[in-house]
Formats: sequence, C-alpha cells, structure tokens
Amino acid sequence: MDLVCPAGNYQSLIKAVDGGADAVYIGLRNETNARHFAGLNFTDKQITKGIDYAHQRKCKVYCAINTYPREAHWQRWTSSVDQAMDLGIDTLIVADIGVMEYIRSRSADFPIHLSVQASATNLQALNFYYQNFGILRAVLPRVLSLRQVAQLAKTAPCELEVFGFGSLCIMAEGRCYLSSYMTGESPNTMGVCSPAAYVDWQEQDGKLESRLNNLLIDRFSEGENAGYPTLCKGRFEVNSSVEHVLEEPTSLNTMGILPELNSAGVAAIKIEGRQRSPAYVNQVTRAWRKAIDRVVLHGKRVGLEEISGLANLAEGKQTTIGAYERSWQ
Amino acid sequence: MINSKPKISLAAVPYFWSKESYLSFYHQVASAPVDIVYIGETVCSKRRSMKLADWLAIAELLSANGKQVVLSTLTLLEAESELGYLSKLASQKNYLIEANDVAAIQIASENKNSFVAGSAINIYNNRSLMRLKELGMSRWVVPVELGCDDLSPMIQLAARESVEIEYQVFGRMPLAYSARCFTARHHQLTKDQCQLRCLEDEQGILVNTQEGEGFVQINGIQTQSSKVSNLIHQSLSLLNHGIDIFRIVPVSAVDTIEVIQQISDGFLTLAEPLFEPNKLLGDYQYCNGYWFQIEGMNQVG
Repeated sequence: MDLVCPAGNYQSLIKAVDGGADAVYIGLRNETNARHFAGLNFTDKQITKGIDYAHQRKCKVYCAINTYPREAHWQRWTSSVDQAMDLGIDTLIVADIGVMEYIRSRSADFPIHLSVQASATNLQALNFYYQNFGILRAVLPRVLSLRQVAQLAKTAPCELEVFGFGSLCIMAEGRCYLSSYMTGESPNTMGVCSPAAYVDWQEQDGKLESRLNNLLIDRFSEGENAGYPTLCKGRFEVNSSVEHVLEEPTSLNTMGILPELNSAGVAAIKIEGRQRSPAYVNQVTRAWRKAIDRVVLHGKRVGLEEISGLANLAEGKQTTIGAYERSWQ
Repeated sequence: MINSKPKISLAAVPYFWSKESYLSFYHQVASAPVDIVYIGETVCSKRRSMKLADWLAIAELLSANGKQVVLSTLTLLEAESELGYLSKLASQKNYLIEANDVAAIQIASENKNSFVAGSAINIYNNRSLMRLKELGMSRWVVPVELGCDDLSPMIQLAARESVEIEYQVFGRMPLAYSARCFTARHHQLTKDQCQLRCLEDEQGILVNTQEGEGFVQINGIQTQSSKVSNLIHQSLSLLNHGIDIFRIVPVSAVDTIEVIQQISDGFLTLAEPLFEPNKLLGDYQYCNGYWFQIEGMNQVG
C-alpha cells in the first residue's frame, strides 16, 4: 500500500520525500489543478529539481491536471500536459475526458490516474475510463463506505487509491457547483472551492462572522474555534434551528481502518493538503509512513494514541472516518 | 421576434413524491404543452414509491400523448443493486435514457444505445463532447455552471454532429451530491434509518443563512440552489446561443404545470415569453447568474 503525499511547494516536496512518501503529487501554477491558490504550486525549474530529488530517493512525482477546461481556455490544459510530460513527471492525475484523450494522442501508455474530481464511484464508471483511456489507477471520491470500497476493489479493472487524511470533501467531487453558485469560481473550472478572495471576517456585537461573497457562513462566540468559511461547513438556519446543515468543520482520518483498507487490496492512501505548510506535510507524512509500515509489514493495528494525535493537525481539531462508516452517512 | 420555437423539456422530478402524486402529476403533463419528458428517480435509490413497471406505464401514457419519453437514471451510484437497476434501464431499446453518471454511458454504449448526457456529466469542451458523441450521445444537457460564453465555441461542433443542446431555464439547480443524506441529518436520523422523511417535503427543505438569506435547498443526498433559475426572459439570448431545448426542472406540481403553460403560450406568437411570477402559488426567489458567467445565485436584469 503506497503512501501518496501532497506537495504545494518545493519545501513540502522535500519533507514528503524525506518523511517516507512513496509518491508526491504536485500542480502547476495555473487553474489546471484543484488547488489553484495564491503562492502555491510549481514552476518548471522547481519541478525539475523536485523530480531529481524524489527520483534519487525512489519516490515518484505525480502531477494533477484535474480541473475541467472550458473550450475557450482549452490550450492552457494541453500545454500544461505537454509541460508536465516533457519535464519527466511520472504520472498525470486527470479528470476531464478531453484531457485524457489528449494525453492518449501523445502517448498510448503514459500512466494516467483518474482524479477524484472525475467522481468514479462504481465498477461501470471505472470500466468506462479503463476501456476508453487505459487508466492505471482511480482515486475514489470520499462517498463510499468501507464495505463498498472493499467490494469495488475485488472487481475493479485498475488500482484504487483512497483518501486517508486531510480536509473532508463531503460531496461527490467534480459534481459540486456550490462554490461557483456563490462566488462564480468552482473546483471544476478554476481549481478552487470557497476561494480566499471572497472571504471576509467581521466583528459584530462581540461575535466573529465569516462571510463568503457577502453570504454569512458562520458566526462564532468568543472562545469558539473559528475555521475557514468552507461553504459546506458553516452553520445555517433550517426550520428555525441553526445547525451545521451539511457538515461540521471536521477532517478525515482513516488510520483506524488501515488494516481493512489494506486487506481490501487498496493500492494507495492519499493524504490531502497541498495548501498546508511544509511542517504539516512533514508531521503527517511521518505519522502515516509509520502507520502503514505497522499495518503492512507487521500486521498490527495503529494505536488509538497515534490516531488521536493527528487530530491536532486537522481542520477543526476533530476527525471522522467519514463515509467509510455508514452511520456518518 | 424569434425565428423558431424551441422544444420544451421537463426534467425528472428531483424530489420524492408518493405514487399518487406522481400519477396525478404525469396525467396533467400528458396534456401539457411540453415536447420531451424525463422520468424516473435521479437522486436516491431508497425512494421506491414507483417500481420500474409504474414508470414504464407512465412512459406509455406520455408516448401515447406525443411526448418523447426519456428514462432518467441515478446520479450517484454506489451499491451493486443500483448498478443492476441502471443496467435494466440503459440496456433496453424502447426509450432513450438520460445518463447522469458515466456508468450509464458505459452500459448504453456497450449495448449500442444512444443516450442523453445529463447535467451531472462533465462536458466542458469540444474534445469531451466529440468523444461522447462517438460513444452514442445524441443530446447534451449543459452542466449548470456553464454560461453563454462557455457555450459559444461549442455550438458549431454540436450542430455539425447533430447533438442537441439542452439548457435549464427554470427550477432549482442541482448543485451537489453526497454520500450523506441531509434530510435525514436534519431529522437527526442516519441514512440507513431515514424513514423516507423526504416524502414530507414536496420541494425539499430550504436552508437560509443566519441572516435569513437563501443558501441552499436540501433534497436527500442532493443539494440544490435555494433560488429558482429563471431564464424565461433570456429566451432570445438562449436561442441565439444555439440552445435547442429549454429544460424545466419541476418545483411543486401545480407551479410546474403553470410554468410549462406560460413558456409554451409565450412562444405561440414567436415572441419572447413573458413570465408572470404572481400566477405561481409558491414564493420563489430567482437567479440567472450562470448564464451571464457570474455567480449562479445572482440575478441579472
């Protein structure tokens, strides 16, 4: 079971490689990837250096080109594919059918991983991408239960990668337009969700308010942990009660079910968080390296202490195994 | 003045209604001025007030009244039983299907069946459009977040390849799908023990910000826009941008029939239809921002 770690910049890449990642994933400095944030991602020179550093230590470098090009901007995606392939990237993580076809027009067998943004949640969807584009691996959306993942792994035509830790997207990725509904920019089109440029914090009657494009996302009393206003994690009013209607500000942590994921035949565990700091990448990579080795090499479960130790790093300081456990659904 | 009247389509009811409600609604639809009717469950496989045979009976009724019937399919497929039901729909030859997941495209194309690509299929560019056309796509329901400028460079290819373009002109927009059922969550139930509580709300549940502004509408595992998209006053612009089919997504049964009538009546004189919101019973807020390439929730004009 491989450990796939995020690298939003060169420093994080070094930390991930040194911490024991089997692969790191990166993005280019444009909206072709789903973490198109200011100050993040790689220039050509950094990619070359990063690949050298990783390859010398037997770590692979994946590049996410996993947003959906609109026709008027199509060439930005094809030139990004050219750029990444020419620089010697090991694998492209892709969601768009057109982009996959473009990659296949350049190479019959360049490794393609189906991005979580393609939202493939079942066998026939995997068959579609496997038969049409020969995908090597698919990253599963965070919507399946553990039993469903295990079932899918038995018959899948390709390898499966699942999310292990990090920010928890509760919607089927690639099919969520909430962000563009509220700001005009979405993960699919611009590689952003609840973009920072639309965020505003205001103090009002002793309460801290977070807004997204002027819509009130949450209101915090003194002492409450005020998280980033990701639109699906705020408190809203429904039938006159104020609640976390969609989800609490919580993160995913599947360390507790690693043995089950391993015996299901899952090929890789993905750590979310290209937007996080090198220090975060360092801590999380090392913790997960240890956990995977414990499960895979020694056939043991991960201790509760180690699992809860990660919670401090998590958004909202609380974690869940999310949809893997049916009661979450 | 407009040169030709577009076709009008009615999307599948996104909400969970009782069998009696569906039957009564589709009996009215059968005599309403709509050209294409999509039927079936697209949101949650636990909603089973209608069996396949019941839907097929509705299909026959609508066909007999001159409607083109399209069988819609589930959007988020997880369980094997869901794939089994999808297989039945996507491999039959009597009716066109609306694919809302690539699984449906896979099964339809394996069976050499043509299909409509629903709005949850991500077609954002010509290369994707062409590939799916080769696999059997005969009609493209545009993803809700694409607007007029996004469509402009794609109209020519779609026309050349005889792929019809369908765009939502009325109704709440489908914005997200989750493993979690938000209706059950609101009632403090898990999805597995949901008691089918979504049956209580004809049009889902409105969620406001703490300041009382519309945020979203929860409908089982689906999240919709709280505002109703309304492009009736942009009909001319839609036609100029090559939209062949105007799609109405059902709201309440009674208001849906009224909206079909208003749009159709408007086109009788080949003028741009007028929309008269005061003739609807529901108290809706409207938006049209996506068409104008801005926030979907905004209203231009």
